[in-house]
Amino acid sequence: MTKRMGIAAAAFGAVLFAVASVANAADITGAGSTFVYPILSKWSADYNQQTGDKLNYQSIGSGGGIAQIKAATVDFGASDMPMKPEELKDLGMGQFPLVIGGVVPVVNIEGVKPGEIKFTGPILADIYLGKIVNWNDPAIAKLNPDLKLPDGKITVVHRSDGSGTTFNWVNYLSKVSDEWKGKVGEGTSVSWPAGVGGKGNEGVAAYVNRIANSIGYVEYAYVLQNKMTYGAVQNKAGKFVKPDNESFQAAAASADWTKAQDFYLVMTDAPGDKAYPVTATVFIIMYKQPKDAARSSAAFKFFKWSLEKGQKQATELDYVPLPDTLAKQIETYWSTEFKS
Amino acid sequence: MAYNIIDVAQPARSDRAERPRLLSDAAGDRLFHVVVACAAYFVLLALGAAALSMAWGGKLAFQTFGWRFFYGTEWDPVARRFAAFVPIYGTLVTSLIAMIIAIPVSLGIAVFLTEVCPRWARGTVGTAIELLAGIPSIIYGMWGLFTFVPFMSAHVQPWMIDHLGPLPLIGALFDGAPMGIGMLTAGIILGIMVIPFITAVMRDVFSVVPPTLKESAYALGCTKWEVVKYIVVPYTRTAVLGGIFLGLGRALGETMAVTSVLGNARTPSLSLMEPGNPIAAAIANEFTDADSDPYLSSLIALGFVLFVVTFIALAAAKLMLQRIARQKGE
Repeated sequence: MTKRMGIAAAAFGAVLFAVASVANAADITGAGSTFVYPILSKWSADYNQQTGDKLNYQSIGSGGGIAQIKAATVDFGASDMPMKPEELKDLGMGQFPLVIGGVVPVVNIEGVKPGEIKFTGPILADIYLGKIVNWNDPAIAKLNPDLKLPDGKITVVHRSDGSGTTFNWVNYLSKVSDEWKGKVGEGTSVSWPAGVGGKGNEGVAAYVNRIANSIGYVEYAYVLQNKMTYGAVQNKAGKFVKPDNESFQAAAASADWTKAQDFYLVMTDAPGDKAYPVTATVFIIMYKQPKDAARSSAAFKFFKWSLEKGQKQATELDYVPLPDTLAKQIETYWSTEFKS
Repeated sequence: MAYNIIDVAQPARSDRAERPRLLSDAAGDRLFHVVVACAAYFVLLALGAAALSMAWGGKLAFQTFGWRFFYGTEWDPVARRFAAFVPIYGTLVTSLIAMIIAIPVSLGIAVFLTEVCPRWARGTVGTAIELLAGIPSIIYGMWGLFTFVPFMSAHVQPWMIDHLGPLPLIGALFDGAPMGIGMLTAGIILGIMVIPFITAVMRDVFSVVPPTLKESAYALGCTKWEVVKYIVVPYTRTAVLGGIFLGLGRALGETMAVTSVLGNARTPSLSLMEPGNPIAAAIANEFTDADSDPYLSSLIALGFVLFVVTFIALAAAKLMLQRIARQKGE
């Protein structure tokens, strides 16, 4: 009886294994950034229709994506935080940007409409440091003379999970505030001096929408989907810029990609006149000498297709396509760095 | 005194006819013994293995931070310094609030169902409670965030902050801004979540209290409340505590519902109005993106700490039970 069951179980296992390996042979696998998940799934559906190749992407977070590609369990990792060129070299990997998005401050203050409130980098840093604690603070009032801001305690909302969104946000705060840089620093997860944490962009959006007089930061797409009250941020050139496709693309264009080795560049605080200061990129990380060359080249075919043909879908889903010059530079990078 | 009655009611053992043991019977007995022993030891083995592997995974954290891991309040992934006091406090406080709410309410429901409720409604209400136990915790979390949090923030917390906040000593517990989320809100939702578990156990054990006992008490002129207090609860005390343990275990380990309404803040604060960060939620939130070895190890160490905290909480409850039993002179 037990013997027969054992045989049956073994047979069942063998069948499962066979099915799984057949399915795996053709599939491109990837893991990482949650930010890029909506566009990757849209692309993979369209790509599958046209070519029959499938993409299996798991949005487990940027840190998880880097860990997975290091362990070589996937064909590519996706991260909102670029890896350092030295580290890439040690591991025999390369990286390139895929799409652009922005991280946007959102508030919930009675009477304030989307785009009305203005921030500077240092003021955002002071709010997140817990130094500015009330909306009637003179620094905010001076910046927003036309707005009637309430006497209300500010509730700061941040991410509770590790996140590439957080990385770009605190990277910007570190660039504009020395105190932030010294006290908190940057990373996918930091020791927040103040506030409450929501899980995921949707968690932060939910908290900001529920808690009066709160401020949070989310990906641009969530601002549009949830019709949130976003703020304009002063950029490096001194202009107050609203987050939109145009200002994100201006940031990407003004960043100097040619000098960045392995595209190691965080676009925050970009110098352009119209550039939105907290613009972010998703990086794809792959092995230069992959174990499974066939699947890796299938992945390249997919990325080439998405750079050339997929940019319309990207705009539809509120992502920003890469500037043409950058796209060309990436294709050159592919041919020189990934020889296989 | 209670046990005598039952013993008399059961048939004496010697009534049964003796029959010689067969050899195959003995073998069957031995096999049965082995099978049930395996089932029991498997639990022990799994428990021990889980504790050991978490302790092993958290070794780096315990070595690096020492005892400070238990009482420090910093949690800094950038500087890679971690300590677990804030999560431990959050877990204990929310579970305590939950139990303060859940135990009396569950007791009330169970007494109502077994003693007061008309017979036709028992099945319906009882099934409803069992169904409540099956609702996924994320549903409680969503309901908490979208319905209960705005209610707390608009009606309950402002009153507490204005009226209880200025009081000496306990005032510190009610200090802060009425955000709606926070330890109190999370504790209340946890309480609602564990009520079905405790109630289901209590109802089942209350309904097997021998009617002769209760009827004798009624015959002596006891009121319903006296019957519950002097007959039903003492008779079922061990099982009732078992039910409470079950609820407490669930409250200590709850993740999804709590993370939605507690606010996941790592800044230490005594106040029940402020957000906290219970152990289980911290692990769920941060595990996928823990990018350095001390970080990962600290999260696994947190798991071990939760294990220890649960063990201590259950052991303390058990000790309390023994003490009560001794005081009653049983």
